[in-house]
Amino acid sequence: MLQLASVTKVYPNGVHALERFSSEIQLGEIIAIIGGSGCGKSTLLRAIAGLDRASAGTVTLDGEAITAPHAKVGIIFQEPRLLPWLSVADNIGFGLSELPAAERRERVARALDRVGLADKAKVWPRELSGGQAQRVAIARALVAQPEVLLLDEPFSALDAFTRKDLQDHLLDLWADARPTLVLVTHDVEEAVVLADRVLVMRPHPGRLFEEITINLSRPRDRNAPLFEQFKRHVLTALDRSLDRTVPDTQGRREPGGGLWW
Amino acid sequence: MAMTVELQAPVAAAPQQNASPPRLARLTRPLLGLLLPLSLALAWELAVRAGWSNGRLVPPPSKVFTTIAELARSGELTRHIAATLSRVGIGFGLGVAAGTLLGGICGYWSFARRLVDPTIQALRAIPSIAWVPLFILWLGIFETSKVALIAVGVFFPVYLGLTGAILSVDRKIVEVGRVFRLSGPAMIRRILLPAVLPAYVVALRVGLGLGWMFVVAAEFMGASEGLGYLLIDGQQLGKPAQIVAAIVIFAIIGKATDWLLEIATAPLLRWQDSFARQSGAA
Repeated sequence: MLQLASVTKVYPNGVHALERFSSEIQLGEIIAIIGGSGCGKSTLLRAIAGLDRASAGTVTLDGEAITAPHAKVGIIFQEPRLLPWLSVADNIGFGLSELPAAERRERVARALDRVGLADKAKVWPRELSGGQAQRVAIARALVAQPEVLLLDEPFSALDAFTRKDLQDHLLDLWADARPTLVLVTHDVEEAVVLADRVLVMRPHPGRLFEEITINLSRPRDRNAPLFEQFKRHVLTALDRSLDRTVPDTQGRREPGGGLWW
Repeated sequence: MAMTVELQAPVAAAPQQNASPPRLARLTRPLLGLLLPLSLALAWELAVRAGWSNGRLVPPPSKVFTTIAELARSGELTRHIAATLSRVGIGFGLGVAAGTLLGGICGYWSFARRLVDPTIQALRAIPSIAWVPLFILWLGIFETSKVALIAVGVFFPVYLGLTGAILSVDRKIVEVGRVFRLSGPAMIRRILLPAVLPAYVVALRVGLGLGWMFVVAAEFMGASEGLGYLLIDGQQLGKPAQIVAAIVIFAIIGKATDWLLEIATAPLLRWQDSFARQSGAA
């Protein structure tokens, strides 16, 4: 279980990026974090990844505090961030250098196959399309078999068709080992397609505004009336979160207090 | 009907067009570059033969060739080339070693950079030739002062290139290394080194170019052998053909060493997507 307890981040320049954010995320849950710019969603993700330390509060995974990048936590960024001097296969195997070569090769081959890029193993990253490169990034993160996979607006740089394709593909991959997914997005449809729970955040300072459980069975039909209804619900919450006259309703809760399900 | 005819014609012609130009271009492109100097040399040769000029101060190509051939036959040429090459080789080696060591330390460790970099930048502002009198006083008139001057010339581009390259390594790529919990040495070996390599190779090539520049300056200050000595000797004894011959040999060896450096580093940089390579392939 991933526990966020009053996570607060104040940057050295005085910006209050995140204010006492608390939540509990179960193993295998898919969480989407959505909110206007400056709501601290990327800050939160970087704190969970151990890339930036929180100013106050704690992030714990299975009771272990996270203060630095952790073996069980993987992250996928907005850009693929592949290493241009390594072939696609070597990029995927980058985090497996401690494994014996034979096992590494086998796991990389399986991962390549799983993301449908088996024929691109020896290709340089620059020769890939944007969608293919992001698939390699997904394979690189998943091949390490993380317990928690963080995604920072992973599909926002892609065209609409590729984005939808990769969302479905991500769910497909997730079903293999069912890691916890924490996804930062600004795309309402993406949040509703993927997530079990959508956390709506509001800015200045970044804090939790509303939590919406999406209890739709998968695979989800993007054209179903119920899907539309959830989308509208999230959109409304998003609008309200940006309206300064609306008081905080859900924010500043302590862990374990008032979880929805 | 007219539509289909128009559509089919270019399709049928396309494969032939695609197949032949690259082969032709590969042959003609270097030739195109040679066209201007060769025709100028030929024109000058003809002008001298025709008696329009006596060619005493600007010797015709044939005379330059004879001079080179004579120097080669007497074994002089090998001696001069060996002397110059060894000076450039040692000076380049020392300059690269110092530039890489200091550049690496200052690029990686910001405390060292704040401590050392201002001094190096100040020294860089001094024209390197200005060191010559001091080097002669300190190190004598013979090899050491010459090698030192070349090393100084090579040091700065290598140092600057390497610190600059380390400082401009993409933070996002470094973060990938952090996510995979690379240790300090692993981060250097697996992220920083490959990321820095292209700029470092460019710095080496600039350094080598400067090395060739400075060897001439070094050999002007009292050498008894070397290509720079041939230049001075030709000036003092009024042998322009020998001067041009030395210049031609400088050009050939300088280009050859640069080419060797490029070939030696090419396998390390195969992944690069450069404009030159793309236009070379097309």
